[in-house]
Amino acid sequence: MSEADGGPPLLVAEGLTKAYPGVLANDHVSFSVAHGEVHALLGENGAGKSTLVKMIYGLVRPDEGRMMLEGRPYAPHRPSDARRAGVAMVFQHFSLFEALNVAENIALGMEEPPPQGELSARIREVSVAYGLPLDPERIVGELSAGERQRVEIIRCLLQNPKLLIMDEPTSVLTPQEVEILFRTLRKLSAEGTAILYISHKLEEVIDLCENATILRHGKVVATCNPREHSARELAELMVGEILTPPHRERAAFGDVVLEVRGLSLPATSHFGTSLKDIGFSLRAGEVLGIGGVAGNGQDELLAALSGERPTAADTIRLSGQEIGALGPNERRALGLLAAPEERLGHAAAPDMSLTENALLTGAVRERLVRRGLIDWPRSRAFAKRITEVFDVRTPGTEVPARALSGGNLQKFVIGREVLQRPEVLVVNQPTWGVDASAAAAIRQAILDLAEGGAGVIVISQDLDELMEISDTFAALNEGRLSAPRPARGLSVEEIGLMLGGVHGAKVEEGADAGA
Amino acid sequence: MDYSAIDPVLLLATLMISATPILLAAIGELVVEKAGVLNLGVEGMMITGAICGFAIAVESGNPFLGLIAAALAGAALSLIFAFLTQVLLSNQVATGLALTLFGLGLSSLIGKPYAGVKPPASPHLDIPLLSDIPVLGPIFFRHDLMVYVSLTLVAAVWFFLKYTRAGLILRAVGENHDAAHALGYKVVRIRFLAIMFGGACAGLGGAYLSLIRVPQWTEGMTAGAGWIALALVVFASWRPWRVLLGAYLFGGITVLQLNLQAAGLAIPVEYLSMSPYIVTILVLVYISARKGRGNLDAPASLGRTFHAAH
Repeated sequence: MSEADGGPPLLVAEGLTKAYPGVLANDHVSFSVAHGEVHALLGENGAGKSTLVKMIYGLVRPDEGRMMLEGRPYAPHRPSDARRAGVAMVFQHFSLFEALNVAENIALGMEEPPPQGELSARIREVSVAYGLPLDPERIVGELSAGERQRVEIIRCLLQNPKLLIMDEPTSVLTPQEVEILFRTLRKLSAEGTAILYISHKLEEVIDLCENATILRHGKVVATCNPREHSARELAELMVGEILTPPHRERAAFGDVVLEVRGLSLPATSHFGTSLKDIGFSLRAGEVLGIGGVAGNGQDELLAALSGERPTAADTIRLSGQEIGALGPNERRALGLLAAPEERLGHAAAPDMSLTENALLTGAVRERLVRRGLIDWPRSRAFAKRITEVFDVRTPGTEVPARALSGGNLQKFVIGREVLQRPEVLVVNQPTWGVDASAAAAIRQAILDLAEGGAGVIVISQDLDELMEISDTFAALNEGRLSAPRPARGLSVEEIGLMLGGVHGAKVEEGADAGA
Repeated sequence: MDYSAIDPVLLLATLMISATPILLAAIGELVVEKAGVLNLGVEGMMITGAICGFAIAVESGNPFLGLIAAALAGAALSLIFAFLTQVLLSNQVATGLALTLFGLGLSSLIGKPYAGVKPPASPHLDIPLLSDIPVLGPIFFRHDLMVYVSLTLVAAVWFFLKYTRAGLILRAVGENHDAAHALGYKVVRIRFLAIMFGGACAGLGGAYLSLIRVPQWTEGMTAGAGWIALALVVFASWRPWRVLLGAYLFGGITVLQLNLQAAGLAIPVEYLSMSPYIVTILVLVYISARKGRGNLDAPASLGRTFHAAH
């Protein structure tokens, strides 16, 4: 696609350097993107990918180095300069306004938006043309993650960009949505739009990209065609060390530690899902993976298990004891711990220090509070132990939680629960938006915990992850849980059927497209 | 008891006058909050506007100049708030409270020589035909100019927020300042402008009290009107027309209870005095409680400090 014209590449970056206090985020980074090419930017969290694309998009100005766009010098001072030059960007954390409707959101990202009526018509037209149907009148707050991303993509496409930057676009999508997105990106690439694709999901990069620039610690360590390498090789280039996939000895399961029978909970809001007659049992040493498309009751299930939403006492039993009516702290005392999905705001209080966050869930089991008074030295020691054991990279335990990168905070949040030696641990999306080495560390910690005799429930939308670590697998679909089955030997089709229900049609469509 | 003394026409006419100061302050604060800033200094800016407007009107003999001075004074005071919260990133709640205390003190200081002085009269609208219509004329067409200015302002704010691109950007900044920044909008500059607009409106509201409604200067004469305006914005779910409704409801019941007191109604005065507050709150709570789904009311970034990192 790209080599045909023989002209200058679309974008050339030479020696881009950007230093922040204490870190050299980008150190003389050079690379180029050809017209119509899908170019991957690979690297771990903190490797400097985001800084690099922010420079290309005009959000950050480089300290040194220069860029050329279509053979002309290119130095955007602000995003609108970049947009005018034909560079558009879809952000990792969606830059959308929840209270505004789709058309208003799109208008905000355009330089000279047409009047609302005309814009709505164009949104419908473009969204259908690229297979991303979207209703311009809907309020963004009501949309799913996949639909929100469509809003961002359509916003970019309406400006006919020459270069589309996508920052971790698939981290929030279901497999079906990923398939739809890839079809759109391939169509765009065929039409001559270059795509700079930032990811750490290597299978995707191999599937989609023709070229890859790999960053480590702010430097380019390799440029290659990802299709000529295995995911393992790319990962090792990214991380700079040999990766060992998580493993454990096959352990015999012990007695049932957690038993759930007839758990039903009405939804708390219009957008929530009700849980319907959920039942399963979890044995000591077992990892139960619960898959499912987002919004099918994952958050509700976690809330019911952790005790955030108490239910009838006899629906949940921990080692035979009825705990359904108990709150989170009582369940913690008995040995049932949980780590919810959202790191900032749910699993951790963003503005409180790591010590304080460690104290918040560790108070009971680690005896960090005595006679109503906080034992600060013990709390600090506990937080320090978490950062050491789980390799949480932080200047200290007194920094606020929000200052940590996603992967580091996730390691902290999981480590905090694991170190409290739970009988049963429930985690939701344990490696969401986390880089390869951190994800491997977290998965290994979960397996080690199970090997030590705890029961673990992993709720995740990442099927590869579930297949890698689960002993048994069950699927959540519209608030119902399928009967758990041994994970080993489950085929993709069988999993699709388990996830299926009314989603069956979508799964088939995705499978067809993949074929 | 003698209810015949209560003239419904006069009641409706005075309702608008009594509501106008709160309406002006509230519509200004609505814009500020829509931009994601919580300025609790409304009371302070109102009373500063009241005395500055009063002083300039008295010195120049021109009430119009007084009103302009009031708007400028309110905006100038709000600029202090804007600088502290947007540039120095101070806490908005604390800074707003400090602004109110500062404004109250400053106004007493400036106002010392003006106690008991009579300001120049403000011209009233007198449209030959319209003003002479029985009933409707006195209710709608014989007020001072500021009543109409305040109504126009409500309509203008509504139109600005709903239909203009600048209004959309302002709402976007209040909704998610990080996203707005990522799209390249100048969050701090937009908030500065919104805060100054809010200050000017509050100043005008104060001057309306001292120059037209009372008209006289007494220390602390706003008597909590700024706080009512703040509460109105919240109870009105940040919607301009509901702010108008709330302000007129509050103004109407204030006037009505005064009339009822004069007529000697057999209810303790204290209950009558609290009735405007209670009724306004009940009505607006009722409206906002039966909102439909997907109605995301408060601007999501309201009161949050914006760090323009990286």
